[in-house]
Amino acid sequence: MLELIVISTLNGVLFGMLLFLLSSGLTVIFSMMGVLNFAHASFYMLGAFFGYQLTKWIGFWPALVLAPLLVGAVGMAVERYGLRNTHKHGHVAELLLTFGLAFAIEEIVSMIWGKSPVDYRVPTALDFPAFTVFSTNYPAYKIFMLAVSVAIFVALLIALKRTRVGLIVQAALTYPSMVGHLGHNVGRVFMLVFGVGSALAGLAGVIAGPSLVTQSDMAAFLGPILFVVIVFGGLGSLPGAFIASLLIGLIQTFAVALNGSLASVFGPLDPNLGPSVLTDVWNVTIAQIAPILPYVLLVLILIVRPMGLLGTRET
Amino acid sequence: MTAAIEIKDVQKSFGNVHIIRDLNLSIAKGERHAVIGPNGAGKSTTFNLISGHIKPSSGEIRLNGDVISGLRPFEINRRGLSRSFQVTNVFAKMTVWENVRCAVLWATGHRYAFWKNVDHLPEVKRRTAEILDDIHLSHRRDVPAGLLTYAEQRELEIGITIAGGASVIMLDEPTAGMSHAETDRAVALIRRLTEGRTLVIVEHDMSVVFGLADRISVLVYGQIIASGTPQEIRGNRKVKEAYLGEEAH
Amino acid sequence: MSEVTAAHEVKERSEGRVLFYATWLIAAIALILLPLIFSSGGSLTSFSLIGIAIIFALSYNILLGQTGLLSFGHAVHYGLGGFLAVHVMNAVANHDWPIPLPFIPLAGGIGGLAFAILVGWVMTKRAGTAFAMISLGIGELVASSSLILRSVFGGESGITTDRTALPHMFGWTFGPQRQVYYLIAFWVMVSAIAMYALTRTPLGRICNAVRDNPERVEFIGYDPHVVRYFAYGFAGFFAGVAGGLTAINFEIANAAYLGATQSGLVLFAAFIGGTAYFFGPILGAILVTYLQLGLTNVTTVWQLYFGIIFIGIVMFAPGGIARLLMMHRPLIRAGSWLSVIPSYLVAALPTLALALGVILAIETVAHYTTTGSEGNVINLVGIPFNATAPTTWLAAAVLVIGGFLIARITWRRVVEAWDRAAGVARDRGYLA
Repeated sequence: MLELIVISTLNGVLFGMLLFLLSSGLTVIFSMMGVLNFAHASFYMLGAFFGYQLTKWIGFWPALVLAPLLVGAVGMAVERYGLRNTHKHGHVAELLLTFGLAFAIEEIVSMIWGKSPVDYRVPTALDFPAFTVFSTNYPAYKIFMLAVSVAIFVALLIALKRTRVGLIVQAALTYPSMVGHLGHNVGRVFMLVFGVGSALAGLAGVIAGPSLVTQSDMAAFLGPILFVVIVFGGLGSLPGAFIASLLIGLIQTFAVALNGSLASVFGPLDPNLGPSVLTDVWNVTIAQIAPILPYVLLVLILIVRPMGLLGTRET
Repeated sequence: MTAAIEIKDVQKSFGNVHIIRDLNLSIAKGERHAVIGPNGAGKSTTFNLISGHIKPSSGEIRLNGDVISGLRPFEINRRGLSRSFQVTNVFAKMTVWENVRCAVLWATGHRYAFWKNVDHLPEVKRRTAEILDDIHLSHRRDVPAGLLTYAEQRELEIGITIAGGASVIMLDEPTAGMSHAETDRAVALIRRLTEGRTLVIVEHDMSVVFGLADRISVLVYGQIIASGTPQEIRGNRKVKEAYLGEEAH
Repeated sequence: MSEVTAAHEVKERSEGRVLFYATWLIAAIALILLPLIFSSGGSLTSFSLIGIAIIFALSYNILLGQTGLLSFGHAVHYGLGGFLAVHVMNAVANHDWPIPLPFIPLAGGIGGLAFAILVGWVMTKRAGTAFAMISLGIGELVASSSLILRSVFGGESGITTDRTALPHMFGWTFGPQRQVYYLIAFWVMVSAIAMYALTRTPLGRICNAVRDNPERVEFIGYDPHVVRYFAYGFAGFFAGVAGGLTAINFEIANAAYLGATQSGLVLFAAFIGGTAYFFGPILGAILVTYLQLGLTNVTTVWQLYFGIIFIGIVMFAPGGIARLLMMHRPLIRAGSWLSVIPSYLVAALPTLALALGVILAIETVAHYTTTGSEGNVINLVGIPFNATAPTTWLAAAVLVIGGFLIARITWRRVVEAWDRAAGVARDRGYLA
């Protein structure tokens, strides 16, 4: 039992950090530019697939550097040629552009790489158990993932608090219309922010790919959870996104690990009762409802605190 | 007699910044009251506090004797208070006629009705036509509001504000950006439309203020430094120092 | 207002009214005559699907076009309507209740409405981007739950029914597709009239006001939250009607009805058609259904084309087809629209070349990577292209790059011609 808790906590924190890596980029882009990038999870997926393909051609470590850069370049192009032209039509149009983009990217990926999972393997250098918790080996690759996530998190923190661009981004997080008064090169700042945000998503994909499944429906699977995270944490709030990411990461991981159901605790229902909603609910395991838990949280937060945990702004 | 608007000891801070401190103001029924003051004094914030856009950090606001501080804007509106906006705030994609008609619907009791044809409501039609005539925009009734000239939009704004029949009308810089001739027209319009109602108006144009107001309050750094008739305000030394300067037109 | 202008306005208005009723009458007649002109089985199925899509897209536009609510999860009302319809149909057949098939779409509507009433209050607390994200979450919640609650949703295979098992009406069994088409056509007319009538009510007008300026709406006495809740309910009801008709048409309801793809498709349809006009979603529904039916036979990557078309519309024509059409109305009335036609024709050629190049490129990649599918030959406008030949890649590159460069120039000419024509229209008073 303790083993389960320790392993699940580690995995949950890992998943949470991954979610935060994604949701932080999304939040910064949203706060600065007012556009919620529906294709953010798609950039994560592109990172995974670029990482896979580049690993096959030039090895994992070069791919680790190159793939996020490629995704970042794609992101900058999207901003420059797509969003900038749609900006004048309003936020709905921008959101729909990124929605169409997400759709198109998923189709292109499944066209090129197919719809089944690809064999994106953990690099042999990292393919060993890091340590053993009770009877389970905890893979070194996951520690690597955790280390990279934490390193990026720290780097982001420093960049935000110490650099000039970071100060601008911070200001934009609290008072976005100020960005409009920055004067020249606002366009370049936007392009940079969008590019960096996309590159981060791509990096998350590169490192998560070998561990989670790399498949063309990755984005469709992770995307909605990502949006739950930022609505739960409060649109535009980085600390909120952090808390929400960890919370949902842990809840989801624990739910999958636990295998209880009402039936396992209280015993089976009278077998003479035919199939009904009651029997469905009675027999469903926690692992089976794990995918919908984030959405239940979403509904709860909407009822209790509609602006999210730490949200302050209406969109 | 109960005042139309009563503001008692209201404070408003945003974080550590005190925008409004110890605001006390009483506006009598039927009075035309102007609020003037330098930029950043808190005039729009005061308006937003009264109309329910933001909540006071402390203190109380009453409308015709009932407490309204803390209520949602539409609740306050239904109790008889209506306001216009500094930045023109009309329904841009709807025609002028439709703009005014929307403003009339709640007051004529139609609420959220989804079983009546809005084109076949004679009372609504009559009131809308009347208001359009009052604001001299009948000839522009089928133009989308976003395509009107600036002055026309400001007039439409005023029309929407009074359309619901509110007893207390608040106008936030209604003549901002208007030419001399347009301002005169607007003032005549305001005077006519607010006959018998309480008017609270924020203005920078002193000729409008002194021509229209029964009483004037001067707001500086979130506090009212003087309140009285135009004569009293003109002669008030504190006001001259803080705002008016030596000569007021 | 002088008497002359008043009389002129009255005449214009009564002319407008004749045109209005005539349009609805013609639409009704067209619906009745359509299967008599195109009577093949394939056509009947297409018309049935288009009819359902029209109701669904119109219901979506109550949210987006009328009230400014962008939803990514509208399919839940559609799907829940379908499931309730299927259950009711089975119950009617099992218990011999006297409810004939034409009333079943109402059950669908109730299904959609019930869910909208349940979640709508909480959902409409936020608007804008937050609402869009929440709708996505709720959509996923319901879609995922449907796989868990097998008794209600039948798991992966769904729940089947038999539409001929209900009591007959006018001697119709509703077995043949023709009869199903007429049932759908009937509900299309009823729903479209109802939804149009909704736009002419006080609620409908205030919905538009909430869309344009929710802040202002509070200051004319309305609670935007309540207005949105009402809109959400109506949209849910009519989506449920569409779902019920689908369940009748296919005699099955399954989890795909509720899914994200279905939500995406109705969004496409409404947006491509144009959300600012009532008939916009109707156009969009027809186009999207035809594309879906047509493209799936021709190419494996039809969804990609959808995405590209959607991106194109968002970037270049965000008002949709309806707006593109209506944009020409002042020009037509002023008589200056003919001057724009030549520039359109000139611009059409390079644009077509560009489109063909893009299609060729996509199909080449698709054939290249999906090994063993129909060989390596792509048939484009009757010309066979070999997917593996470098000449194909070259041709695609030339078409795309050349087409793009020339198209840019020609479209600039179109803009100039348009400005001139618009100027004429402005002078003649047809454009503000």
